[in-house]
Amino acid sequence: MSQGARILIVDDEPAIRRFLKASLEAQGFATDSAENAAQALAALPRLKPDLVILDLGLPDLDGLEVIRRVRATDAVPIVVLSVRNDEPGKVAALDAGADDYMVKPFGVEELLARVRAALRHRLQQKGLGPVFRAGDLAVDFLARKATMAGTELKLSKREFDLLRLLAEHAGKVMTHRQLLTAVWGEAHRDDVEYLRVYVRQLRAKLGDDPADPRWIETEPGVGYRLKAE
Amino acid sequence: MPPIQTTDLDSARPSPEALLASATSEHRGRLKIFLGAAPGVGKTYEMLLAGRARRKEGADVVIGVVETHKRAETEALLEGFEIIPKRAIEYRDRMLQEMDIDAILARKPQLVLVDELAHTNAPGSRHDKRWQDVAELLEADIDVYATLNIQHLESLNDVVAQITTVRVRETLPDEAIDKADEVELVDLTPKDLIQRLHEGKVYVPEVAQRALGHYFSEGNLTALRELALRRTAQRVDDQMLTYMQAHAIPGPWAAGERILVCVNEHPSAAGLIRHARRAADRLQARWVALYIESPRSHQLPEADKNRVAQTLRLAERLGATAVTLPGRDIASDVLNYARANNITQIIIGKSRRTRLFELLHGSVVDTLVRKSGAIAVQVLASEAVESEGGGTALRPQAQPFAIRPYAEALPLVTLATAVGYAFDRQIDLPNISMIFIPVVLYSAIRHGLLPSLFATALSTLAYNFFFLEPLYTFTIQDPQNVVALLFLLLVAVIASQLAAQSRAQAQAARRQAASTAALYGFSRKIAGIGILDDLLWAVAHQIAAMLKLHVVLLLPEAGELKVHVGYPPEDELDEADLAAAKWSWSHGQPAGRSSDTLPGARRLFLPLRTERGLVGIMGLDRPRVAQSPGPEAEQRAILTPDERRLLDALADQAAVAIERITLAADIDQAKVEGETERLRSALLTSISHDLKTPLASIIGSITSLRKFWPSFDEPTRDELLGTVQEEAERLTRFVGNVLDMTRLEAKSVTPQLLPVDLAEILGTVAGDARRALALPGLTIETAADLPPALIDAHLFRQVMFNLLDNAAKYAPDGAVRVVARAVPRGVAVEVLDEGPGIPPGDLARIFDKFFRLEVGDRRRAGTGLGLSICKGFVAAMGGSIVAENRADRPAGKSGALFRVTLPAAPASLPPPEELPE
Repeated sequence: MSQGARILIVDDEPAIRRFLKASLEAQGFATDSAENAAQALAALPRLKPDLVILDLGLPDLDGLEVIRRVRATDAVPIVVLSVRNDEPGKVAALDAGADDYMVKPFGVEELLARVRAALRHRLQQKGLGPVFRAGDLAVDFLARKATMAGTELKLSKREFDLLRLLAEHAGKVMTHRQLLTAVWGEAHRDDVEYLRVYVRQLRAKLGDDPADPRWIETEPGVGYRLKAE
Repeated sequence: MPPIQTTDLDSARPSPEALLASATSEHRGRLKIFLGAAPGVGKTYEMLLAGRARRKEGADVVIGVVETHKRAETEALLEGFEIIPKRAIEYRDRMLQEMDIDAILARKPQLVLVDELAHTNAPGSRHDKRWQDVAELLEADIDVYATLNIQHLESLNDVVAQITTVRVRETLPDEAIDKADEVELVDLTPKDLIQRLHEGKVYVPEVAQRALGHYFSEGNLTALRELALRRTAQRVDDQMLTYMQAHAIPGPWAAGERILVCVNEHPSAAGLIRHARRAADRLQARWVALYIESPRSHQLPEADKNRVAQTLRLAERLGATAVTLPGRDIASDVLNYARANNITQIIIGKSRRTRLFELLHGSVVDTLVRKSGAIAVQVLASEAVESEGGGTALRPQAQPFAIRPYAEALPLVTLATAVGYAFDRQIDLPNISMIFIPVVLYSAIRHGLLPSLFATALSTLAYNFFFLEPLYTFTIQDPQNVVALLFLLLVAVIASQLAAQSRAQAQAARRQAASTAALYGFSRKIAGIGILDDLLWAVAHQIAAMLKLHVVLLLPEAGELKVHVGYPPEDELDEADLAAAKWSWSHGQPAGRSSDTLPGARRLFLPLRTERGLVGIMGLDRPRVAQSPGPEAEQRAILTPDERRLLDALADQAAVAIERITLAADIDQAKVEGETERLRSALLTSISHDLKTPLASIIGSITSLRKFWPSFDEPTRDELLGTVQEEAERLTRFVGNVLDMTRLEAKSVTPQLLPVDLAEILGTVAGDARRALALPGLTIETAADLPPALIDAHLFRQVMFNLLDNAAKYAPDGAVRVVARAVPRGVAVEVLDEGPGIPPGDLARIFDKFFRLEVGDRRRAGTGLGLSICKGFVAAMGGSIVAENRADRPAGKSGALFRVTLPAAPASLPPPEELPE
């Protein structure tokens, strides 16, 4: 499904553009490159890429601002690259609308995995069926029930809402704030403790081990991700 | 005067106090009290059972202190518990065993069992009372089970004493039980308890027999049991009330009741306070203890003044707001205060004065009752129980007897007699006794009642002797003259009373004025001081001088409380003092002598507090007069309430002044720290970018090559391998820069200065640059007459490379010229580019470490070290470097210019024309 997807690489380092281009093309993607924010923003409407790999440290515009400007008109998945490896930086990028976050330096395989996940997620969202399936887990959005290997899970309303949100964005990190706002409402957007309690309960019901999760992965200080594969 | 809070309980909002109380109890240990009516009901037994149950559930339970009184059943329960060994404290050649609070804190169990909550610790312990130890354990998040007998509750102390005729000295504030999370009443009927006593289960037989006769009579036990039951029931009410308030349930709780209790120096005032507390509890009312400081208060003996202070402190401990007001007319001052603060009930003790005294002075109680209007006045009989301490007879301080006021009357009366005699001859006065009125008035106004009475007597005698028929005898014939004499007497009494009052008022006003003036003078003296040490010295000196005290001031320094100044300066703190000071600092409460905590210390330590918090601690010591250093002397209050008030005002001013200066210092410190922080974060950003960017390219390229080697064509493989090499070289340069900078920082750069031909070395630099940097427009121009420079070739090469690297970053397009030419006594090498130039505001900072144009995550600039290294190296070679914007470019174009000036090598041979003839 990812074959033929078009990816825009935005990075001012020629060395990075070079290996990204080589690897992505070896995987069957078509690539375009931009070396600064101005070029990237100008190329977007014309190229209509299926995904953008965006370096946060561009010479002409702050990376977060680039994400916001892209998001103002375009829902294209954005995978962010940054040398900053701190939670506030990640949260800010994700909250601004990025789909995933890679800390430099990184191995190319991990990046390709994230790119595939982001693309699949977008495809799923476009034609999101009434039922999400990953392995033994099935989440029926319409009937509001979840089953594990055919057995129905007894979930409270909030637990189901949380699972649904994670399933809808499977493979993508959802920040604490995004989850809290969607499930509990704007007033509780900083009550991370709620989230911890509910995720713990949800994991218990899914039979998930927090130390080595099969389903719900913790991004410390950032949020949670439902593993899709 | 602390304001009375007026929370509106009627509105359906959770009261903030209630919310706060339930919130603070969340992160503390939980306290459960096993409450009993009398010893022997089985509190300890119940507590141990409950402890065992918790242990079975897996809790970590230890015994802090348990007194089994050799009761076999109880001792059996101890088995299996970890018992924290008690701490031995030496006191007057005796070793006393006390609960080791530090050991428990260090051991940090989940639950600790503590017997006898009301126990008084041995002198020298951290706290006076065991309940204070328990409070600290709770603070440290340790749960506590404790036992308590009802007679130890402060507010019930009098009642219990009345029931049993035994006054219990170990008391604890009712707050302790109010704040307990759980209270379990350990109940036993009096019959059962007496049965247990008979069986010897409570005391050993002979003690038991004695106890049965006195304390443990069935009547006593029934009354005590009722007290305990009522107190527990009341607590349940309190809990419900707290719950209802916290949940804003409009309830039937009494709103707006406020009780005022009048305090005087009499020992029975403590009983009044306890009564008021019970009344306030019943009504759920706020309450105030009020002391009116009249001119008479100043004449009270020290012991009485201390007792007033103690009574007010007792009131505070029991939850009242203690207020002292200066005043003259007690009744009207009390009423004014009551009206101003919406008091609904006044409690006052019955007067102990004689009928005659009340006739002359008026009765406070009568006046209060008459004028109170809507405010209820409750007049209490003096206690049936003889209060603690024994009443000191209330007696105004005896004025020293002086002969002069009396002696003065003699010539005055003689004079009046002479004048009267003269008048009597000339004019026929209806009553010559008027002549004596001025004498009596003078005496009354000037010297008071007794001398004026003496003058009256003298005048009466003179009048009678010289002017009344029969003359020159002391007999009176005419009844009319008897009346005149009586009036003369009356005038003397009234006038002297009026005069005495106005004199007392004047004295009070003078005192007030003196203390106001002192305060004003103090604030003026400390206002202008800008240096902390000077300020502290002034504060210590002023307070010491005004109150005749020894003063030390302690301020935090690097997290430690340290003595900053003392007056007298040679004063030093001993261990006990330091401990008290630290306690005061960490708890924000008074500690040390004559306070509740660490009273064994020599000094009293008071926190210096502003709105923002504590700024320091003041230690006070009254210089000892020859006095046996017995415990009584040590326990004595250092300050009278009067002095304490003045001191509080002084301390407030001092605290504000100290804060003003330390805040200024903090701001300076913050600036320095901010600068350091900026450098540190610049270093981090630099390392993030400059290490990680090449690493990202290297790792990315290599992982790509490994994964896709077969599917990459030859040129792609070659390109990626080339990337790896270039990026590794870039990394090497960065690491080199960091190392160079480290060497410069460590001052370990020692240039090897040799004469060098610049043209040659610039050629090499150009080669380096063309290989490593993208600088297509680089040209080198060397003047023909360039003298050799005295430089370190290696350092110079590094300087030039960094300058070109800089040009490559900021001005990659366009020409970059390197121009070398001779200047007086040296050579100048300029690097000129056609880039955007340097913003004028940044010219001064461009050689700063980690400085870069454009900051943030954007990575335009490189290490931020290059130019800084250039400057360091050039300076090490004895040269200089400047940056400017090019002035030689056409209008609208810009460009940066870096000029390195280096010393020329001294010519090995002077030029021929300068050779001496």
